[in-house]
Amino acid sequence: MNRSTIDLWVGIFVAIGFAALLFLAMKVGNLASFSTAQTYQVQANFANIGGLKVRAPIKSAGVVVGRVAEVRFDNESFEAMVTMNMDARYQFPRDTVAKILTSGLLGEQYIGLEAGGDSAMLKSSDRLRLTQSAVVLENLISQFLFNKAQEGKDNKDAK
Amino acid sequence: MTPLRTAEQVVEIDDLSFTYDVRPILRGIDMRIARGKVVAIMGQSGCGKTTLLRIIGGMLRPSRGSARVLGETVHELARDRLYALRRRMGMLYQFGALFTDLSVYRNVEFPLREHTALPDELIHDLVMLKLEAVGLRGASRLTPAELSGGMARRVALARAIALDPELIMYDEPFAGLDPISLGVVARLIRRLNDSLGATSIIVTHDVEETLPIVDYVYFMADGRVVAKGTVEEVRRSREAFVHQFVHGEPDGPVPFHYPAPGYREQLGFAAGAQARA
Amino acid sequence: MTQFAERVAQPLRRLGQSVSTRIWRLGFASRFFFYMLVHSGTALRRFHLTMREIYFSGVLSLIIILVSGLFVGMVLGLQGYETLQRYGASESLGVLVALSLVRELGPVVAGLLFASRAGSAITAEIGLMKATEQISAMEMMAVDPIARVVAPRFWGGVISMPLLAALFSGMGIFGGYLVGVQLIGVDEGAFWSQMQAAVDVRSDILNGVIKSVVFGFAVCWIAVFEGYDAPPTAEGVSGATTRTVVTSSLAILALDFMLTALMFTGGNAS
Repeated sequence: MNRSTIDLWVGIFVAIGFAALLFLAMKVGNLASFSTAQTYQVQANFANIGGLKVRAPIKSAGVVVGRVAEVRFDNESFEAMVTMNMDARYQFPRDTVAKILTSGLLGEQYIGLEAGGDSAMLKSSDRLRLTQSAVVLENLISQFLFNKAQEGKDNKDAK
Repeated sequence: MTPLRTAEQVVEIDDLSFTYDVRPILRGIDMRIARGKVVAIMGQSGCGKTTLLRIIGGMLRPSRGSARVLGETVHELARDRLYALRRRMGMLYQFGALFTDLSVYRNVEFPLREHTALPDELIHDLVMLKLEAVGLRGASRLTPAELSGGMARRVALARAIALDPELIMYDEPFAGLDPISLGVVARLIRRLNDSLGATSIIVTHDVEETLPIVDYVYFMADGRVVAKGTVEEVRRSREAFVHQFVHGEPDGPVPFHYPAPGYREQLGFAAGAQARA
Repeated sequence: MTQFAERVAQPLRRLGQSVSTRIWRLGFASRFFFYMLVHSGTALRRFHLTMREIYFSGVLSLIIILVSGLFVGMVLGLQGYETLQRYGASESLGVLVALSLVRELGPVVAGLLFASRAGSAITAEIGLMKATEQISAMEMMAVDPIARVVAPRFWGGVISMPLLAALFSGMGIFGGYLVGVQLIGVDEGAFWSQMQAAVDVRSDILNGVIKSVVFGFAVCWIAVFEGYDAPPTAEGVSGATTRTVVTSSLAILALDFMLTALMFTGGNAS
């Protein structure tokens, strides 16, 4: 085997190897969707974040407008403090509502934003006042059972 | 065939012993090889002659005694000094040991490329010179797989002399060659030795082809030098071992039978014979 | 009584002997490894030597890696869809295929294929060079065979392995895409976007690459050592080749467990 033929093949091999790595990073992973965009940070307190994770999407009207940067426990209010990286292209009013929602019944959790009517826009390191915590399935079920039991009791009492 | 400088000894071996695990391979060898000579070390397979060659080449360390080669005590050298010494030696292996993934040309070129920074044209000329010396300039593009045994041996010889060594060692250079190749290789060894002004050591058991081209012969048996002498002395020798070896007799001091318990005993004829332990 | 003691002692002694032989070999292999690292200068300075070995262990393994990757990805697509659609989550097929490949199957299966395709070839080649006295001849020419023969093969393999693993994963994801999107009809947008949302560059892809680099080191070390240590006979070389494949496969699986435990449990608090 000629040395230049080997060089050619090795060159092709290394090139497509790196192309595969690039494909993994860009198309499979989320490198492309983030590193370039300008962001501003907004905070919000939630009574319960459920299973929200760092890097979870922040969506408004179903469009991804940012990602969760940090989740902390606030020692004073005993609430969860979530820092969000918002895409600088999207602006929201100050009275925007942040909700923790679940995609599908068992899917991952994300933060949904519903724009309010304030004329002032959110700035970096502002705090969202209006939040709605995650729905905890156990609480929901126990509430449902409690209601049922209550209903049964009421019915019995009515008789 | 008198050597040019009788005084200078290329190889000096004193009371050299080598033990592998607990098995003694060499026991108290003394040897002197003068510059310009072609010396044969003869003996049966397993008598330790290849081991001796490896000690001279610095591949093995002796258990006792010393081996001085080209003025240096081989087994005391650090790696760099040993490599420097090896550049002044060439070795031809039993089956050539050509690099199977390289062409004939690249094989001969190998030591030149590794040890010199000569320009390509000069290396090309040197390779051709060496290949011409062994008569294989036309085969430079072949791969080792395409060569016959004799040709492979000659290419290996060209490679061994690529750096114009002062000492050339041959490990069974005639093994497995047809009579024609054998004669060719034998004459080459002598001619190259004289034209390069080198010294050669041939380890072999091939008496007929070796005696005509060497100056001096050592006979080894069971790790010892049992006889030595010039070719005439060897031919005339009345010593039993030399006589047996030179004339290829099946039985003599070297017995036909490997040491074994009594034949009758082993076959179970003897009274109370038990199974072998 | 003494006979009984002897009968008990015999296997114990043999066990002790085999353990000490193994430890001795491990020590020898480590010494060999460090010697090779120290004498890797030639392999890197004269890079065409290493280039040649990248050709033999990388380029020549391409076909088997690409084809296996494609099929593994297609199987993942089929099986994953079958499972996910029971929970109505078939859009997550991309996530499942990509994560399994990038984190586990890519490095591990590519490593196993690499061990049996390139590792065995390296062992056999070095072993045969030793058996035909080429190694010894090189040493007599004052050329260090570890620097000239062993180190380029080692580095060639180490460079090839992560690239092969990445190609395997990439090809596998393409296979999953073919089956999931083109054949079964999972929504293409959901396939890619869910994948992108769930696969993290650092914690998933980079960790996968680190795994493949570690496997590359392990396989190549085992392969060159077994070749260099092989008894110079036909049986010796064939035995060494088998040992390379067996040992490096086990090493890959054991290392994979350790690396996974390190990377994806404690470290992934995010």
